[in-house]
Amino acid sequence: MMKNSRLANIGFQLAALVLALLFTTLILVATGAPPLEAYKNIILGSVSSLDKISNVLVTWVPLLLASAGLLITFSAGLWNIGMEGQITLGAIGTTWALRLMQDSSLPPALVIVLSILAGMVMGALWASLAGALKTFGGVNEIFGGLGLNFVATALTLWLIFGPWKRPGVGSMSGTEPFPEALWLPMFPDSRLSPWALVLAVVAIVIVYFMLQGTYFGLRLKAVGKNFRAAYMLGIPTWQYMMISFMLCGALAGAAGAVQVTAVYHRLIPSISSGYGYLGLLVAMLVNYQAAWAAPVALFFAALNIGSIQLPIILKLDSSLSGVLQGMLVLFVLMVEGVRQRLMRRS
Amino acid sequence: MDTNTIIIGLAGVLVAAAPLLFAVIGETISERAGVTNLSMNGTILLSAMGGFAVAVTTDSILLGFLAGAGIGAAVALIVAFSSITLKQSQVAVGFVLALVTRDLSYFLGNPFMGLEGPRLPAWDIPLLADIPIIGPLFFQHDLMTYLSYVLILLAWLWIFRTRPGLMLQGIGERPAAAFVRGANVNLLRYFYTVLGGALVGLAGPLYSLSVKAGWKGTISGLDGIGWIALSITIFGGWNPARAAFGAYLFALLQWLGLVLQPSMPGVPSQVLQVAPFPLMILTLLLVNIGDAEWVGRTLAAMPEGARRFFTKLLRAMRASPPAALGVPFESD
Repeated sequence: MMKNSRLANIGFQLAALVLALLFTTLILVATGAPPLEAYKNIILGSVSSLDKISNVLVTWVPLLLASAGLLITFSAGLWNIGMEGQITLGAIGTTWALRLMQDSSLPPALVIVLSILAGMVMGALWASLAGALKTFGGVNEIFGGLGLNFVATALTLWLIFGPWKRPGVGSMSGTEPFPEALWLPMFPDSRLSPWALVLAVVAIVIVYFMLQGTYFGLRLKAVGKNFRAAYMLGIPTWQYMMISFMLCGALAGAAGAVQVTAVYHRLIPSISSGYGYLGLLVAMLVNYQAAWAAPVALFFAALNIGSIQLPIILKLDSSLSGVLQGMLVLFVLMVEGVRQRLMRRS
Repeated sequence: MDTNTIIIGLAGVLVAAAPLLFAVIGETISERAGVTNLSMNGTILLSAMGGFAVAVTTDSILLGFLAGAGIGAAVALIVAFSSITLKQSQVAVGFVLALVTRDLSYFLGNPFMGLEGPRLPAWDIPLLADIPIIGPLFFQHDLMTYLSYVLILLAWLWIFRTRPGLMLQGIGERPAAAFVRGANVNLLRYFYTVLGGALVGLAGPLYSLSVKAGWKGTISGLDGIGWIALSITIFGGWNPARAAFGAYLFALLQWLGLVLQPSMPGVPSQVLQVAPFPLMILTLLLVNIGDAEWVGRTLAAMPEGARRFFTKLLRAMRASPPAALGVPFESD
């Protein structure tokens, strides 16, 4: 029986995948584009060369960091949509620390580590704003977070065009790049840093064990599942919510720090690249199971990189990957609804 | 600034607020019935793109608006089906749809980027348009702006002054009681969610065929408006009149930002463009903070006069959502 229901579960998940593919295929057909050609380009665009594979991993790192953080807030029953802003503030914090220390006599390795830590602190502080609005102001974290996202974007633009502008005039291309000594060490001829990979993997492993095997994780889930009951049981609920916001913000900040130290080597206007929103989709898709976050994030990263080929080769917009990712989550939710309905019937 | 400039500016505020009004009142109706349609940000983008594409292809403004309403209704139907029939989280479904419809609008809108499209013509209302000051302020706009005035009144009357409106309040506040009184709660929720979605869907073409004419993909300047509209719905306390006030206030502040920009050369334009967002957080804070425990304690510690003033202020700002918002209803 148990085995049957597990098989059935996999069947339902597969059905959702098929439905999502069907939907995007219909969209492609409707626009007169060749669907198979489009899918082939997405797949080849993500795995056909070492360069492309490394680009997928470059995308995977911040996405996995974001997903890991969001697993914590989701466990506490919180919708941390302010993730984008927290990633951005992480990037700003890292850039700030690098600017402060780049002319100092400190060893570059120490400067990089301190800058990443600065990014994590800034991310955590920005997240605590959304947390404080929620716990002390009664402002739903969805709206507080969204507002703070837009504020973070404005802050970035102001820094790039104002105090941190390039010699001469500020431009959308970002701040002046940092000297190579302050970059995270890379694999040759790529933007992929082994250190960034390690950071992301360590983060998801820690989050996995924290949620599965610790008292803290258990109590956090209790807060998320039944806030009132957790409060009655004497769990300091608002403290737990604040901590989960700040842990998530710290991981978001790490994602932003990686974007600065390993990928762009400067602050650019859209430094968060939508990884916060995409991370929310990943966390929903894995149904808050940390073990699945790494492979699903990898799949999403591959879709993102693969779809870059669409405008180049087929003159299609690359947002198709977003449509496929979103529809996948939507159909997983709907299929889950159908499954629950069937179970209630039987 | 002379009087004429102010009148033209304020008239522009009324026009700019019109799409927001459709969106905010549509969402108010849907939430009154107990369903949050969180997809609004993407819905407005997709209906703006769809309405523009249809209007360009058919050269018919009317079809453009109908397409927008249809798209809004269709997205709302997915929200309704997933939350009412399949009992999935409205927040989850709505958020995913907000992202999907946004990406979909960019993908499908690609061939229509930067095309020259038809524009909603101005239509002065005879006689009324000639009244000094009042005429240029209210009656020298377009049909949709006039409809937006009417919509505020109609929605308010419907919700607070009619029997079906009372039922609408009932299914959002106490669905079980409404059920006992003979309401088909879930069917009504479907109806009002789709109706609200259609109204939200009208906001899109109103942007792409009038207020911000054209479709320019990611730089259309529409991304974010839906989230603001959602906040205004909360600020509006689920009352069309107060929501309309919020929408007008927002449009007014945006205009003021634009007017004041030249006098603040140190502030980059990008900063002023996002100024509404901290404002949005602040208003939500004002609306909600009265319920927080520590505020009650602080108030109690205040001297008599100050306490009375702040209590009154917070009570005036406060708004509570329909009690059954987001809660699925089962008749058995």
